[in-house]
Amino acid sequence: MSDARTEVLARVRQALSDVPSDEKPEDVFVERGYRTQWEQASRSEVVDRFCEVLADYNARVHRVVSSELADRVGRLCREHHLRRLVVPPGLPAPWRPEGVELVEDRGLAISELDGMDGVLSGCAGAIAQTGTLVLDGGPRSGRRAISLVPDHHLCVVEAEQVVALVPEAVAGASGAVRERRAPITLVSGPSATSDIELSRVEGVHGPRELDVVLVEPGP
Amino acid sequence: MSSVPLALPLADARAPSPSQAFPDAARAALGDTQLRHNIGHATKTIRAKRAQVVGELPDWEELREAGRAIKERTLRHLDTHLLELEASIGRAGGVVHWARDAEEANRVVGDLIAAHGAREVVKAKSITTEETQLNEYLAERGIHAWETDLAQLIIQLGDDSPSHILVPAIHRNRAEIRELFLRTLGDDAPADLSDDPRALAEVARRHLRRRFLSAKVGISGVNFAVAETGTVSVVESEGNGRMCTTLPEVLISVMGIEKVIPTWRDLEVYLQTLPRSSTAERMNPYTSLWTGVAPGDGPREFHLVIVDNGRSRVLADTVGRQALNCIRCSACLNVCPVYERTGGHAYGSVYPGPIGAILTPLLEGFERAGSLPYASSLCGACYEVCPVKINIPEVLVHLRHGVVDHAARTGGARARLAPERVAMKAMATVFSSRRRYESAQRAARIGQWPLTRGGTITRLPGELSGWTAMRDLRPVPRESFREWWRRRSGPGGEGA
Repeated sequence: MSDARTEVLARVRQALSDVPSDEKPEDVFVERGYRTQWEQASRSEVVDRFCEVLADYNARVHRVVSSELADRVGRLCREHHLRRLVVPPGLPAPWRPEGVELVEDRGLAISELDGMDGVLSGCAGAIAQTGTLVLDGGPRSGRRAISLVPDHHLCVVEAEQVVALVPEAVAGASGAVRERRAPITLVSGPSATSDIELSRVEGVHGPRELDVVLVEPGP
Repeated sequence: MSSVPLALPLADARAPSPSQAFPDAARAALGDTQLRHNIGHATKTIRAKRAQVVGELPDWEELREAGRAIKERTLRHLDTHLLELEASIGRAGGVVHWARDAEEANRVVGDLIAAHGAREVVKAKSITTEETQLNEYLAERGIHAWETDLAQLIIQLGDDSPSHILVPAIHRNRAEIRELFLRTLGDDAPADLSDDPRALAEVARRHLRRRFLSAKVGISGVNFAVAETGTVSVVESEGNGRMCTTLPEVLISVMGIEKVIPTWRDLEVYLQTLPRSSTAERMNPYTSLWTGVAPGDGPREFHLVIVDNGRSRVLADTVGRQALNCIRCSACLNVCPVYERTGGHAYGSVYPGPIGAILTPLLEGFERAGSLPYASSLCGACYEVCPVKINIPEVLVHLRHGVVDHAARTGGARARLAPERVAMKAMATVFSSRRRYESAQRAARIGQWPLTRGGTITRLPGELSGWTAMRDLRPVPRESFREWWRRRSGPGGEGA
């Protein structure tokens, strides 16, 4: 009796007896006629579109210039009564607000993360077409668990990180995946469900609140 | 052209199977007005939303074509891609297991859980493990699997079965779900619980949270597995998928052999077409993509179980093979006039709707699912919305042919003389010659007069009565087009 691996592969090969033996995968033509760039759009249109689409998911979007960033984050924390935030170790110093306790993640236990009021992170990229944040486990995104367990996610996006279309973001994440097996998480709005009568409800198991702060280079 | 091994029943399948033929199950479902209302409302809502978000993409047709072609490339060289996937995952610190059938897949998962001494696991939605009936198997081994997707939780608590690929509890409305939670969730559901979906989702969050935070083993399905990089992905909305794939120490993901895609770049197609086709969103809230084990981030152990369970049989059917393109979006269910009226349970399978009508008989054989290829009016709406261009009507017709042939081969003289088969054979003879066709028309005109009432035939006699039980028939007209043409143009004017 052969093992499962051998037998499954043998069944597959037998099922494909109609495929010529000299055919290679790349001989099956894949026409990529879809858009891989959004040529007509200007930078500001791309960023505007990102903010619009994200707001459509009931995420809150705040646009600031870089000199205002830390103050704005501080104000958001006060408005939402966020006193203790977990942050990834690589969060740049100028992004860190005053008057809020920031706990750097050096391998915090899940129960400790559960005790946080929220998380303040950056991201590895963003997609205008779909209002998506790309997290890559890097120094600004942090470990997957820190943007998952706390109930409120504040995410800083730099305007130049926003690409127009999904294919650009997939290409952008490719290096991190190949070089350091980076876990990639795409986040498009707060957690949601449509399981009850297909009516959308925001806030299930992932963070129920998502604030995105979009930073443009300031004066 | 097809080498059709469809007729063989799947001896090793333990999957849920149609216990009742589709027409009988459908008749029962049609009598349930609550069910029809729930499903009608939900499918109508999502059809409109889908049309809107699909309409936003000027390159939708190009994305569909690329999605189809990538799957064709994958399937025609499936062995190559599976081996590449296995090697990539191994390099990334994961372990690949293979399973010939449902029983073997369940045993592999059960043994892994037992090896870690876990008595309970958290589980993200996975239709493949519904197919293998993993939860029931684990229960026999004393392991409880917590379903964490809201709809799957509703199904599990109600001891119910899924009726839709994307929203398995679509047949339940908010009032029914409230009742269920009050009855089954104890302290997690307050006595004054309202039926607002927001309040119901909050109860589910409370109920599952401590399980997520303490689970040692997580189980998930797989949407796409990239051969080139060894990256596995789960596409979801609630965050339960992230919880199950991130927090436990050990992650076990179960996938059918057809879920592999060749390259990282191929994701750029499906990450656009899947969310718009399934939840009618530009993008689903969360997509997790992990590559083996990432040090210090997420599970310390990753196992991928690759399951055949009838798929290689589907692959061998050169017409039916395209059913394996399916990315489980459920767009075909939402547009199907038959599904809209009967709901998912009538299909008697974890794969309901148009895709189920082809996939179930292909996976399980006609003995178990021979009535499903008829659960369609062949209107073609499913093909039009399919983001990987599965020509469902084509496969349905192919399977109907297979059902009739199978019956003739296995059923003896009675099946060989079955009215449908005899009628089709007679029709083929008549249609193949103009002379025979025209004389048949003349004969019909004479034969039909006793049946025609007010210009319509409402009841055919004997074996043919099945056709008119649900529909009227227009009688053969007094004069055919050919006869009219001949009369109009005179002798010699017939032309070609």
